[in-house]
Amino acid sequence: MNKYDVIIVGAGVAGLSAAYVLAKAGVNVVVLERGLNPGSKNVMGGVLYRQMMEELIPEFWKDAPLERPIVEQRFWLMGKDAVTSGGYKDLEWSKPPYNNFTVFRGKFDAWFASKCVEAGALIINETVAVECIVKEGKVVGVRTTRPDGDLYANVVILADGVNSLLARRLGFHKEWRPSQVALAIMEQIKLPALTIEERFNVASGQGVTIELYGDATLGMMGTAFIYTNKEHVSIGCGTLLSQLSQSKITPYDLLDRLKQHPLVEPLIKGGEAVEYYAHLIPEGGYHSVPKLVGNGVMIIGDAAQLVNGIHREGSNLAMTSGRLAAEAYLIAHRVGDFDERMLSPYAVAITESYVIKDLKKYKNATHIMEKNPAYFNTYLPAVNEAAKEFLSVDGRPKRSKQWLILKRFFGHRGWFRSLWEIIKLGRSMK
Amino acid sequence: MHIVVCIKQVPDAAQVKIDPITNTLDRSSAPAILNPYDEHAVEAAIAIKKQFGGKVSVISMGPMMAKDIIKKCISMGADAGYLLSDRSFAGSDTLATSYILTMGIKKIMEADPVDLVLCGKQAVDGDTAQVGPGIARRLNFPVLTYVQKVESIEAGTIIVQRKMDNGYEIVSCPLPCLLTVEKDISELGYASLPEMIRAAKYDVITWGVNIIAADTTKMGLKGSPTSVRKIFAPEERVGGEPLEGDIKTVTGILVSKVMEKLS
Amino acid sequence: MTVNIAQTCIGCGACVAECPYGAIDIGPESTAIVNPSVCVNCEQCIAVCPVQAISLPPELRHIVKDLEPDHHGSCNSSTDLPASSEAMADMTPTRDLVWVLAEHENNVLASVTLELIGAATDLARKLGSTVGVLLLGDNPECLISTLQDHGADKIYIVNHHVLANYRTEPFMQCVVKLVQKYSPDILLMGATTLGRDLAGAVATDLQTGLTADCTQLDIDIEKRILLASRPAFGGNIMATILCLDHKPQMASVRPRVMQALAPVSGRYCEVIYESIELSEESISKKVLQIVRDNIERVKLDEAKIIVAGGRGMREQNGFEMLKELANILGGVVGGSRGATESGCLEIKRQIGQTGQTVAPTIYFAFGISGAIQHVVGMQRSEVIIAINPDRNCAMMKMATYPIVGDAYTIIPELIKQFSQVMASRQQEGSHE
Repeated sequence: MNKYDVIIVGAGVAGLSAAYVLAKAGVNVVVLERGLNPGSKNVMGGVLYRQMMEELIPEFWKDAPLERPIVEQRFWLMGKDAVTSGGYKDLEWSKPPYNNFTVFRGKFDAWFASKCVEAGALIINETVAVECIVKEGKVVGVRTTRPDGDLYANVVILADGVNSLLARRLGFHKEWRPSQVALAIMEQIKLPALTIEERFNVASGQGVTIELYGDATLGMMGTAFIYTNKEHVSIGCGTLLSQLSQSKITPYDLLDRLKQHPLVEPLIKGGEAVEYYAHLIPEGGYHSVPKLVGNGVMIIGDAAQLVNGIHREGSNLAMTSGRLAAEAYLIAHRVGDFDERMLSPYAVAITESYVIKDLKKYKNATHIMEKNPAYFNTYLPAVNEAAKEFLSVDGRPKRSKQWLILKRFFGHRGWFRSLWEIIKLGRSMK
Repeated sequence: MHIVVCIKQVPDAAQVKIDPITNTLDRSSAPAILNPYDEHAVEAAIAIKKQFGGKVSVISMGPMMAKDIIKKCISMGADAGYLLSDRSFAGSDTLATSYILTMGIKKIMEADPVDLVLCGKQAVDGDTAQVGPGIARRLNFPVLTYVQKVESIEAGTIIVQRKMDNGYEIVSCPLPCLLTVEKDISELGYASLPEMIRAAKYDVITWGVNIIAADTTKMGLKGSPTSVRKIFAPEERVGGEPLEGDIKTVTGILVSKVMEKLS
Repeated sequence: MTVNIAQTCIGCGACVAECPYGAIDIGPESTAIVNPSVCVNCEQCIAVCPVQAISLPPELRHIVKDLEPDHHGSCNSSTDLPASSEAMADMTPTRDLVWVLAEHENNVLASVTLELIGAATDLARKLGSTVGVLLLGDNPECLISTLQDHGADKIYIVNHHVLANYRTEPFMQCVVKLVQKYSPDILLMGATTLGRDLAGAVATDLQTGLTADCTQLDIDIEKRILLASRPAFGGNIMATILCLDHKPQMASVRPRVMQALAPVSGRYCEVIYESIELSEESISKKVLQIVRDNIERVKLDEAKIIVAGGRGMREQNGFEMLKELANILGGVVGGSRGATESGCLEIKRQIGQTGQTVAPTIYFAFGISGAIQHVVGMQRSEVIIAINPDRNCAMMKMATYPIVGDAYTIIPELIKQFSQVMASRQQEGSHE
């Protein structure tokens, strides 16, 4: 019989993180990947957080295929042909231990997978798991589409992504509602390294991320982003599926519009689009995190909806959840019991970690913003108007400008209502 | 019956892009796959093994990354996989490649005589179809190219169908010999999970230049008679202005243009 | 070296019309002038000049005089020919440096052979040399005159019953021995089933460079080396490949890409019979049977008109309409990979990188977007007519006549109008 200690379904960063920890500990672990190889089906904006990765592989940057360390994070509130911008640049981030990096997931995941194999994990590519094998109320294995395709293990870890078929089949969570999922699309624009460094004003090898709000997503809830890689600029946007389908605009048109925006276009001018990706991202936040542990089963990463939509973090949550699940297994392994109670330290650990704490902090924010389009289509543009008003030198005194700004800002939707809406959002993020 | 199959890792042709500025290939984005013709060759070798017993070995020349395709062949049912990998192999053209592969096959033959060598009819990244016949010459095996079917193997003689432009010919040849095969030679199977696991666990045998006792002057850029002088974008044909108007008029114009051309 | 034109020229222009290379024009003095960089001394102008004003340069003249009376146009007698002309080859200032393998099946010439001779003539001219052709087979002499008329300057014949049906090993032995004997600079073969089978084996035995599947050939005149260019990566790019230090520089050339020369009957050509020892016993490979497809071969490569459909045709019904249109025009139906993959079209009708290469006078592209893999197979069509709703697709941009629209509304109208025109044309024909 094909019996292993642990089967991990999905070789993304969540699954690989779990596999790495388990294999290092000498556990007999097998990872099932549906793609040609790890990374071939993965899409991510391309920011990899240093700390969570280093908790797994110390000083990984010496070996891993990375694009650029990020030294500056910018935020743009976009108007039609205006932008209010902010940001933080720190040259400490250009040196070890760094803050974060841009990566190509195709290359990075393949490298990460090779580390797992070195550690002793078995990775089976091009193999689709269709359901968990359940016996007497306990998950005991996985069924794949291959001949003789049943595989057994003490514990199955589901890391099969946002649409987690296996978690759904187990009844852990239902189909996502369109308001819980964002569609992210991204293009890679090829440009010479020197051009990238000039246009983004960084030294050789350094990188920048820009988060764009407002007009970048046509006022729909979501953000757009521009990341610098070695010889590519990633540009993309993510919007809630629910709002996208209401607006009747195709994702591709949305991205095209962003690329043609007069403030964005100079950054990518002359570059050739070489890749196009589309991917669903769970954005349901705290409220849609499913049950994480069952008898003989744990859920990690996107499959567990562990994505912080406000800070656009996902891969770090995936890595942490993978590591915590693996650690929980190791305790259960010593005891030799794999029921829900024995695996529940994973759920406890993750609740106490930044992962769930952060999601909890913003648990209502996404919902509030989604319910009330004014945040994205009224207040954000108003910030631009305010900046324009305040900074235009036209002979009017600053005090009267401030008054006008406040009037405009709140005037759109009425004073009391606006004040309430701002407070409500502020409270949801406190 | 010992069958050796020569395989190559190629970028998925459908996904290779060209950099419009530098006119160089952007191969990074294209996933590397087992050359489709070679995949059929491996499957054909497995079928022969199933019928006559014996052993299937696969051999490839390439970087360490090419272990992936060797493992794929193991999952398909191959018994052993050899990767010839050495820095001095880099830049080899078809003549040098056929030399290196031949030395590898000879090394395999030392331990286990070979009855049949199979190659895909060509690699989809180079389309040259030269390495197979080249290996046959160097091994002094008769070569049968474009084989679409193995009809029989009996008393040391193989009878095959060779695909021609307008049909096929049936040819007999004593073993050992080398075949290059069409996709028609076999139907691709779907590996079972235990086979996938066996392949994932399989340790590919890697040989460098010293192990195969090859002459380094016959390989790499120096040992290759051909070299690429330049790479350029194919000339684009510039067309005419679109014909516009209602269907009757447009087709009318078109018909007269065509008739003019044909008269 | 170029032909000389004497002062007796009357400027009639007969030679201008005759010259297959466009090397002659009528100059300001109303006499013929020759462009020396284009002239290949093919002598066609000499034959048509009414006042015998054109002559070969003196260096070439004496050779012709020596050889001509013996075997000009000889096709079947070998009795008075020298078995080897090695000594003569050395004497000849224009030694045949560019060789072509004549491909034929049962003494029916493959069209690529004449195309290769055409290409070789151009290369030879740039090298100041001439073209040699290898003709191997079982009594292949009947092909001599065709090869000669199309530009062969020298033909090496190996006549042996073992060569009746092509097999790699005996053909390889012959080619290798002849190359070793005469050391040509360049050896061309068709990138056909036969040519590709043979070329790899020959190149290995000769330990020389071979460039497969070329679509462009040229000479670096300064270095006197072959520039062989071929599409790579599904036609996305072209690569020019050199073979610097090895001879012969070998290339296999894709059929339907090079141009054959117009035949000139009675051109001068030397025929050399070679005897090479071959025995059936020494060849282990036996051809037991040759099976021809009963299904009529799709003659896409010879068609003058091709009516092709792509993924944009969507359904089988559309291809029925294309068939009707092709029937009216006397054309052949083909298509892109999109069409064959959708199951609407048989695989043998596929045009492009993985299908056939075609060069018709008129190519209709219905609902074909023009992926590079398809374009490499049809870009030598003389006139391209593209019908597509997307005016910006590659096929529309390259088409001679792009029409923005849906194939399903345009085809019926085309069928109607063409059948009317064709019918009236036929009537005219019957009156004459």
